[in-house]
Amino acid sequence: MSETTTVPMVLAEQVTKSFGSNEVLKGISLEVKRGEVMCLVGPSGSGKSTFLRCINHLEVLSAGRLSVDGELIGYREANGKLYEMAPKEAAKQRRDIGMVFQRFNLFPHMTALQNVMEAPLRVKGLAKAQVEQTARTLLDRVGLADRADYYPAHLSGGQQQRVAIARALAMEPKLMLFDEPTSALDPELVGEVLDVMKGLAKEGMTMIVVTHEMGFAREVADSLVFMDAGVVVEAGVPSEVLSNPQHKRTQAFLSKVL
Amino acid sequence: MSTLNRDGAATVPASPEGSSSDPIKAIRLRHPWRVVFAVLLVAGFALFVIDAAFRPAFDWPSVGKYIFDRRISMAALVTLQLTVYSMVIAIILGVILAVMRLSPNPVVKSLAWFYLWIFRGTPVYVQLTLWGLIALIYTTIDIGIPFAEPWVSFSTQAALNTFALAIIGLALNEAAYMAEIVRAGLLSVDKGQEEAAVALGMSWSQTMRRVILPQSMRVIIPPTGNEVISMLKTTSLVTAVPFSLELFTRSRDISAETFNPIPLLIVASIWYLFFTSILMVGQYFLEKRFARGLGDRQPDKKSFGAPTGAITGIVPVVGAGQPTVVVPPKNDAPGNRGQL
Repeated sequence: MSETTTVPMVLAEQVTKSFGSNEVLKGISLEVKRGEVMCLVGPSGSGKSTFLRCINHLEVLSAGRLSVDGELIGYREANGKLYEMAPKEAAKQRRDIGMVFQRFNLFPHMTALQNVMEAPLRVKGLAKAQVEQTARTLLDRVGLADRADYYPAHLSGGQQQRVAIARALAMEPKLMLFDEPTSALDPELVGEVLDVMKGLAKEGMTMIVVTHEMGFAREVADSLVFMDAGVVVEAGVPSEVLSNPQHKRTQAFLSKVL
Repeated sequence: MSTLNRDGAATVPASPEGSSSDPIKAIRLRHPWRVVFAVLLVAGFALFVIDAAFRPAFDWPSVGKYIFDRRISMAALVTLQLTVYSMVIAIILGVILAVMRLSPNPVVKSLAWFYLWIFRGTPVYVQLTLWGLIALIYTTIDIGIPFAEPWVSFSTQAALNTFALAIIGLALNEAAYMAEIVRAGLLSVDKGQEEAAVALGMSWSQTMRRVILPQSMRVIIPPTGNEVISMLKTTSLVTAVPFSLELFTRSRDISAETFNPIPLLIVASIWYLFFTSILMVGQYFLEKRFARGLGDRQPDKKSFGAPTGAITGIVPVVGAGQPTVVVPPKNDAPGNRGQL
């Protein structure tokens, strides 16, 4: 018991990622504790999203190590050697890591309810009645109980993103990754999505959020990491980093977005 | 930033009339030539129909006599069987070939490309003729380990009758075209869909079956409908195998006895038209089924439907993955907000 509480939820050690000759991540090392909310901020092209995608193995690392809940992502270690995981094993790891995308990526041919039910039904193979009940509860939690039978095209961006959050929660993840969840939304719809995320944070969900919402970072996040050009420039308590940035690049970035 | 005037208010060109606009009262523009042209077309068409009705060469009494002739209706059934069987095989094979062409394995990819090159690059009539001669090329079909004594061996001639060869010939040719249609469909689905499915822990085959294929159907069905209709007509070429029990060859055979080919060609055409009409209706409903959830867009219709309550308009963006939804601010009422 004591061991599981000390193991960090996410541990990245010198994570490096290149696309061809373009090195996007140049050795990212950071730690996210259980129940912690971390916000990743930085200019576009700084590698925030790529790093997030490495965590659930949507991108394969070029170098370094990344583990979630003490388990190496994408590889199995035996006798000091690393073995690449079969797709099935990788899929199993992803079940426990929820992801929310900038463009929502809801399945357009399924209703909101079907979207939320899909993974528990097909991936976990749970009974339909039980899955539906859970799905309806989740939609209610994100304030969309009355929109269960709507197709994504008939929902606003903010509603779609809240369905997407419910869909990710339906797999009962231990970690939630948010990839700029409010960047594709009209300004007046941002609040409803952030409200849902605040609620999640309050409940103790471990979250990594790539965002440009500094207000959210200040209010909700336990830690704030500023990335630029593939490296972590500055990290710390959000209020301190935001009000008193130490590094020149952080200062320059924050002066533009705040 | 809008330009501000000295008082700090945004400068907006004021409209003097305001909203007090009356419906326009104007004399409608006439289109006399449209009317003249339409009358001419109708008159010409009527003339053709009346002339055809009384032209002896069409021999309408014979058309009436043969349209429900047992030999003809049986042949129509065979044509339908040829179409359905070869299309089903072609679609399955087409999906396999399409997935092979998108495979990361270069050998698998090249093999699928080679198949397409051969079967699209040669006329189907030539292919059907060659299938008819298959027994001369491969006299026996052996099952077993290569270069060893086969476990089972039977003669090609006995194993494959001309009906089977006709289906093989049509299906293998059609599969090459279906592969391209399916590939286009798979590529039309936004990449984010696959990522979302994978991120949920879905396997490759689940992602394909539950997420990618159903969405690609919208792109796949219209050209596939074309292919089915085209296949119905291509079945008339299986006489090259030679297989002679389908609609066209059968009506040719009958007219060879009666020395009266024209009415029988009309009989065959009527049957072909009847089937294509049914297929077109079927396609309409299939398209409607797979347009689920994609706004108010319906097959073969341009209108976006009337606004329903909260939503002012939906603009589906083809290929862009997510439709743009325009919603009035009132939809963002506090009661609608996420509450946890």
